[in-house]
Amino acid sequence: MAVLCKAKDRTLYAAIDGEVDHHRARQIMGELVRQIDTTMPRQLTVDLGGVTFMDSSGIAILLRASRRMGELEGAMEVIHVPEQAGKVLRAAGLDRLIKFE
Amino acid sequence: MKAMNEATVAFLSRSANESFARTTAACFAAQLDPTLEEVNDIKTAVSEAVTNCIVHAYPDSLGLIQMRLRLFEDHTLEIQIKDKGVGIPDVEQARKPMYTTGGEERSGMGFTIMESFMDLLKVRSTPEKGTTVTMRRRISRRMGGAG
Repeated sequence: MAVLCKAKDRTLYAAIDGEVDHHRARQIMGELVRQIDTTMPRQLTVDLGGVTFMDSSGIAILLRASRRMGELEGAMEVIHVPEQAGKVLRAAGLDRLIKFE
Repeated sequence: MKAMNEATVAFLSRSANESFARTTAACFAAQLDPTLEEVNDIKTAVSEAVTNCIVHAYPDSLGLIQMRLRLFEDHTLEIQIKDKGVGIPDVEQARKPMYTTGGEERSGMGFTIMESFMDLLKVRSTPEKGTTVTMRRRISRRMGGAG
């Protein structure tokens, strides 16, 4: 499974692991959005602790999730951001749009 | 300037080759004893350039991507990624942040990341002929490092 999800009391926890590149992006994005649409959370926490590599495909995934949470008037945070992924996300200015731990 | 060492690989524009290309570039760069951050920057920039070839150069077909890696005496790594795909009609526009003609899984940040993670980025493109992206990164010299 591309994304490991746990939902409780309209809080969705989603853990992404491995390499996040264009090769896996569609699958990860599809799974994450499907989980959001199924659980309709008020709070989404995306855990990147298991990510070993991320390129700009990760930016698109997080922006898509953020937009969906905005439509649901929910909040989103990203936790356990590895150094390499953090540098990519900061280069894109995502730290100004999405709450990082 | 003459290259001290050089390697060229060619591979099909399949997305599974994104990780092959970035890992190959990182292995070649290892001769310069880069820091982990330098290796990660190189891998990220290569991933962006190769993904561009797969998504944009060959949108409806498979084509060859050639990656040439060269090391220079001044501790610079040069990576040239070349395709014979559809080309970019307007390179200046393509390099702008958030600009993309890709689907929703693309962010339009590829060139921005290549620019900010490497010391130099050159893009040459001819419509219907292909695109060549050249990137350079100077690797820091460390005490006791290879050189």
